[in-house]
Order: sequence, then C-alpha cells, then structure tokens
Amino acid sequence: MKVAFTTMGDSLDAPLDSRFGRAQKFLVYDLDRGTFEIIDNQQNLNAAQGAGIQSAETVARLGVGSVVTGHCGPKAFRVLAAAKIAVYSSEAPTVSEALRALRSGALKAAASADVEGHWDRSS
Amino acid sequence: MTVAVASGKGGTGKTTIAVNLARVSGVPVQLLDCDVEEPNDHLFVKGAVFAEQAVRIPIPRVEESLCDGCGECSRFCQHHAIVTFGTVPLVFPEMCHGCGGCARVCPRKAIREEEHRIGVIQTSQAGGITLHQGRLDVGVAIAPPLIRSVKALLRNGTFAILDAPPGTSCPVIATLRETDFAVLVTEPTPFGLHDLGLAVQMVRQLGMPFGVIVNRVGIGDERVHEFCAREKIPVLQEIPDDRRIAEAGSRGSLVVDALPEYRRPFENLLSSIQEVHT
Repeated sequence: MKVAFTTMGDSLDAPLDSRFGRAQKFLVYDLDRGTFEIIDNQQNLNAAQGAGIQSAETVARLGVGSVVTGHCGPKAFRVLAAAKIAVYSSEAPTVSEALRALRSGALKAAASADVEGHWDRSS
Repeated sequence: MTVAVASGKGGTGKTTIAVNLARVSGVPVQLLDCDVEEPNDHLFVKGAVFAEQAVRIPIPRVEESLCDGCGECSRFCQHHAIVTFGTVPLVFPEMCHGCGGCARVCPRKAIREEEHRIGVIQTSQAGGITLHQGRLDVGVAIAPPLIRSVKALLRNGTFAILDAPPGTSCPVIATLRETDFAVLVTEPTPFGLHDLGLAVQMVRQLGMPFGVIVNRVGIGDERVHEFCAREKIPVLQEIPDDRRIAEAGSRGSLVVDALPEYRRPFENLLSSIQEVHT
C-alpha cells in the first residue's frame, strides 16, 4: 500500500507539513517496497479556493490508501472519504517519525475533518 | 458609454467618485454597484427600492442511476466543484460558478441543474440616477456570477457608471470586462502607489483605456504623480485632502451637493473621461 505524507522537503528527514490542502509537497511512500517519490503541490499551495479538494484529487489519482498529515479540512476530507483513503493526523516533526508512528499503529484514522476550511490562512 | 471606477487599494474613494460622477452627469445614468460584498452606493443615492430580484446560479445534481463514473464532469470543472474517482461524483455547491459545463459534457446526461441562490439585486431611482445594487448573500464565496447579473441590467446607449470592488482579482475583472473606460482611484501614499501599480497591470492586461484620479492630494508624497508621468498615464483629476469632503461623506451627503465648489471638478472629470475615451 502507498501512503502520502504532506511535507516541505524531498527526503524522509524533511518536516511533515501540517497542512493538507496547501501542503508544499507529497512524499508518497510504498510500504511494500520501502521506496518513495516526491510530488510537487505548488499549484494548489497558491490556489485561492479549492486547494483541499484538488490535493485530495491529486493523492487519490496517485493510488494511495492513506494520507498522513497535520490537519485536514472538511472538503478535502469528503473527497478522501469518497476515494476510500484513510486520513491520519500526526504531530510528528518529520516524515520518517510519522512513518514510524504509522507502522507501529500509534496513529488513529480520523472520522471527520479536524479543522475548518481555510484554517491556515488566518495568520 | 460605460465607465468602471476601480482601484487596487480599498478605501481610496471609489464610491465617492462613482456616486458624485453619477450626480453631475446631467443625463439619465445607470449606477451599478458591483462591490457586491459590501455595496455602499445606496448610502449616497437614496431612492426607494422599486424592484428586487434574487440571483441564482445553476448547481449540478447527479442522477446516480444514470452516472457511470466516467469523470468527464470532474475533468471539465476548473473550480473542483464536482469531483469523481470512478464513482458517483461529489458536488461542492459553494465552489460552483454555475457555468453549466459539467451537465453539457456528461455523455450519459446524468447531470441536471438546480437553482441555488447567491444574492439579490435591488433597483432604486433618485433624480436621474437609476441604481442597481448587487448584494451577495452572507457566506457566499463566489461574486462574479452576481456581478454579471448586475451588468446584465445595462441598457444599450445609456451612460453607465460601475462601482467596482477593490483588488485585482476575479470580481474586479468581472466588473471591468466589456466596459469602455476604467477610472483608477488612488491616493498619494506608498500603499496607494503599490496597489495602483497592480491595478495598472490589470487594466493593461485587459487592454482597456484608463486614467487615474489622485484623491486626498496633500497627504503622502509625489511618487504617484511621478509614476503616472513615467508610465504616461493620464491623471484625470486631483481631489485635495479636504476634511469637509470626509465630513460630507460621514453624513451620507454627496460632495457635489454639500460643497458646490466641487461640482466643477467632477464635471471636468466627466469631460476628461469622455475626451480620453473618444
């Protein structure tokens, strides 16, 4: 199974991006092979609206079974749920620590969005 | 002729210019308040509302038994208002701009459209001014369809003034499109100059004729004037930083009525616009 992590960098040691819709990049990790690829999400990062929906479409088309991120808004969650993608929320500082937590079963799949839309734009 | 009053920066005096320009126009004039998120022209043009229409846009509804999940609708929609992954599509009405494209491209004719209210247009009359005011419902995110509905009330051959929202994004573009002339209102401050630069880029991309009004001259510095000279942009009018103008505005009075000495500058502004246009 493939897992998409939101990230700001290009390696497993890069920080986990706490935003889903406006994540800078996705690190798509293949749990079976132990390999990963980086998908740029710059276009959505700058979208005025619909970033969550489009990011959810992006990861769904990549064929991932799970998403690990900081927070996920309501529209993105609806799309991910429709695509049968589990959403895990993690406060781990890096992708590799989030991956370790996921593998150990420490992360629980979210049952709903945990933030309002546009939650990261208040600052 | 249609004249749109725009600015980059908010609070430069678009509404003041628009309503006073309408007042001195001397012919029957249509005033369109296209600042549909916060319309204010009615505070100065005070006529009784005699017509009101709700504005609705068509939102897709998917007939699940007809949908085979082909995803054509989702690929067509640039606003991600309809999304599918080989399943029945999800619809996000708040993202929908009502273009109807999804229903058109659906090969199985599985999408029909339902009307979804986004706002209202009120029409009032005061003297020779017919005011059409768009008002977006609270919580609605998408202004351009309402602005286009307000503009659909333009009558051919009538002089019209359009009061645009601030900024340089979709609602402003929706207001400016297909108007004959843009008046960019700015103030001689670093804020005013910066946002005027953005507004100038916008109208140049739209390829429309335009000129600048410098409001509150006396505050700030000379850089707005230097910018206009360097860019060969006509400064159509300067309005001094006169406390009495602000006082008239704060009482809901038209400047040209409260302070008759400003009637001439507004009349001159009208002539300069007509001159630059022709």
